[in-house]
Amino acid sequence: MKFKTLTLAGAVGAALATTFAPTAQAQISDNAVRIGVLTDLSGVYSDVSGKGTVIATQMAIDDFMAKEKPGFKIEMVSADHQNKGDIAANKAREWFERGGVDVVSELVTTSVALAVQKIAKEKNRIALVSGAASTRVTNEDCNDVTVHWTYDTYAVANGTAKAVTQGGGKKWFFLTADYAFGHSLEKDAMAVVKANGGEVLGGARHPFPGSDFSSFLLKAQSSGAQIIGLANAGGDTINSIKQAAEFGITPKQQLAGLLMFITDVHSLGLKATQSMYLTEGFYWNLNDDTRAWSKRFFEQHKRMPTMVQAGQYSSVWHYLKAVKAINSDDTTKVMTQMKKTPVNDFFAKNGAIRADGRMVHDMYLLQVKKPAESTSPWDYYNVRATIPAAEAFQPLSASTCPLVKK
Amino acid sequence: MQIFGITSQELFGQLLLGLINGSFYAVLSLGLAVIFGLLNIINFSHGALYMLGAFLALIGLTQFGMNYWVALLAVPAVVAVAGVLVERLMLRHLYKLDHLYGLLLTFGLALIAEGTMRYYFGISGDSYPVPEALQGGANLGFMFMPLYRGWVVVAALTVCFGTWYVIERTPLGATLRAATEKPQLVQALGINVPVMVTATYAAGVALAGFAGVLAAPVVQVNPLMGSNLIIVVFAVVVIGGMGSILGSIVTGLGLGIVEGLTKVIYPEASGVVIFVIMIIVLLVRPAGLFGKQA
Repeated sequence: MKFKTLTLAGAVGAALATTFAPTAQAQISDNAVRIGVLTDLSGVYSDVSGKGTVIATQMAIDDFMAKEKPGFKIEMVSADHQNKGDIAANKAREWFERGGVDVVSELVTTSVALAVQKIAKEKNRIALVSGAASTRVTNEDCNDVTVHWTYDTYAVANGTAKAVTQGGGKKWFFLTADYAFGHSLEKDAMAVVKANGGEVLGGARHPFPGSDFSSFLLKAQSSGAQIIGLANAGGDTINSIKQAAEFGITPKQQLAGLLMFITDVHSLGLKATQSMYLTEGFYWNLNDDTRAWSKRFFEQHKRMPTMVQAGQYSSVWHYLKAVKAINSDDTTKVMTQMKKTPVNDFFAKNGAIRADGRMVHDMYLLQVKKPAESTSPWDYYNVRATIPAAEAFQPLSASTCPLVKK
Repeated sequence: MQIFGITSQELFGQLLLGLINGSFYAVLSLGLAVIFGLLNIINFSHGALYMLGAFLALIGLTQFGMNYWVALLAVPAVVAVAGVLVERLMLRHLYKLDHLYGLLLTFGLALIAEGTMRYYFGISGDSYPVPEALQGGANLGFMFMPLYRGWVVVAALTVCFGTWYVIERTPLGATLRAATEKPQLVQALGINVPVMVTATYAAGVALAGFAGVLAAPVVQVNPLMGSNLIIVVFAVVVIGGMGSILGSIVTGLGLGIVEGLTKVIYPEASGVVIFVIMIIVLLVRPAGLFGKQA
């Protein structure tokens, strides 16, 4: 009798499953989730993001399929946006209209992120920003389909400028890349310097990209500043640091890299970068979780991950988790679910997505090791402080995003 | 003392820095001018060859322990051999055609070279150390002058005026110039013109390789270092007068200084000042400052 009931229950269960499964699956359009990775595969930011973000995305998909065994397929497409907003916007539009892409991700370079998040809003799809820096993404240009994941100019400037100013570096000179990102970084850093009792003695804006910074550095030298804040990125930062050492500016005056990545330190070497402060959202050698993930990443990419690449994995994972939880790829429902769920993975502990689309999580104030302190390849940083999520990012009260109710 | 609100100290410093940057412009534009003047090829791969020069020095140092001084001689030779291959196998088939075809071919080669280096070294590239003998610097009173930068000026000027002397003042140079004006006539006199053309191209690109080695300790060696520079260098050649040897040297140095001054007076314009000058020169003297009016 018992056996009979069980079989019956089993049969009913199976019948129910077959009846309901198609309806449940039907909520995910053509039963596949498509993730677009739009990144710089060939230009100045291709080390920071580039191929590494494509690898990170694929890792997230493979891991999700293996661990969560979702009932839908996951596909990835990727393209090189060449750091041009118009190319990125066209590609995103094509993906949304004809490629069935549900979410477009990465989007390094501020101008690219701003262009694509508008298209995403228009087409009602999701944009996950990992590589772009400007706080504009979640301020005046914010919308309800965009999440800014890894870092922004406020977070990195806040961490580094505050630490350096409070540590006695009161007089600053800014060397700024002359475009939207540089201006944004400079503005955020200046505010922090002044708020902590420092003063700004001067600045120079250099054309982007530049290769010779000696003229600007000489200006900085004669300004009498203690700290030269580098409000630039990538190759410009690298050359600024290299040439500052050449002209005997460091170590008499100190440099503060306001946006630096581990790949910059790697290519310059510890001798040139030692003792510099920087702020990142991720470092591979923080704990067992970060080390385990980074080791797997290294096996594929032959380089340790940057915060952008780690953040990319984290954002894609969080998205997929939301889709599976509600069994739908409907933009509004997925966004609600993503905002409702805390982010807990190797990248972020108790991270949360705010109303303005900013994912807030702990940031790390790091100091580059002296060559003698580094014991293994890519062992570059001493962690000087963990900046708690609540302090790391621009407070909502200062937000200019219309979605924030005040 | 102040000039335009700038201390004379700062002004001297910037003039000197301008001269240093001008030295790079001069060596690079000289190579372009030699190739254009004698072969009528607009060598768009010049920046890539400059980049390859820097990378070859870097690879030589890290893989084979080749020091800077050896690299300064060996790398231009290697780049010259590459130049010979390109000229013999590809460029020579284009001499009959419009300039545009040579430009497109060399541009394609440049993209391939950049892509290859990006694949192996990544976009951030690597640092080349300043050779030991030239480390440190001297305090000139108005600025701290790294020894290496001083060496750059000396080496660049020596090479530039050496090249100018060979082309303008020796029998070899005279033959070369004659061969470009009337190739058939010169060939009839028993001179092997195709070999001379190949040698000229090789010498032109060797200059780019030389500039690359010279630049390696100063800027980060990365795959885009050439393409960042090449457009400016083309502007220098246009201002100097396409194909004018002396013009490219003098204009290279002069524009380096102008750019340096712009960086003190109004840094934001330093990226465009050379192009503004180019437009003015093209309007007033279309053949360039030192070019022969057609």
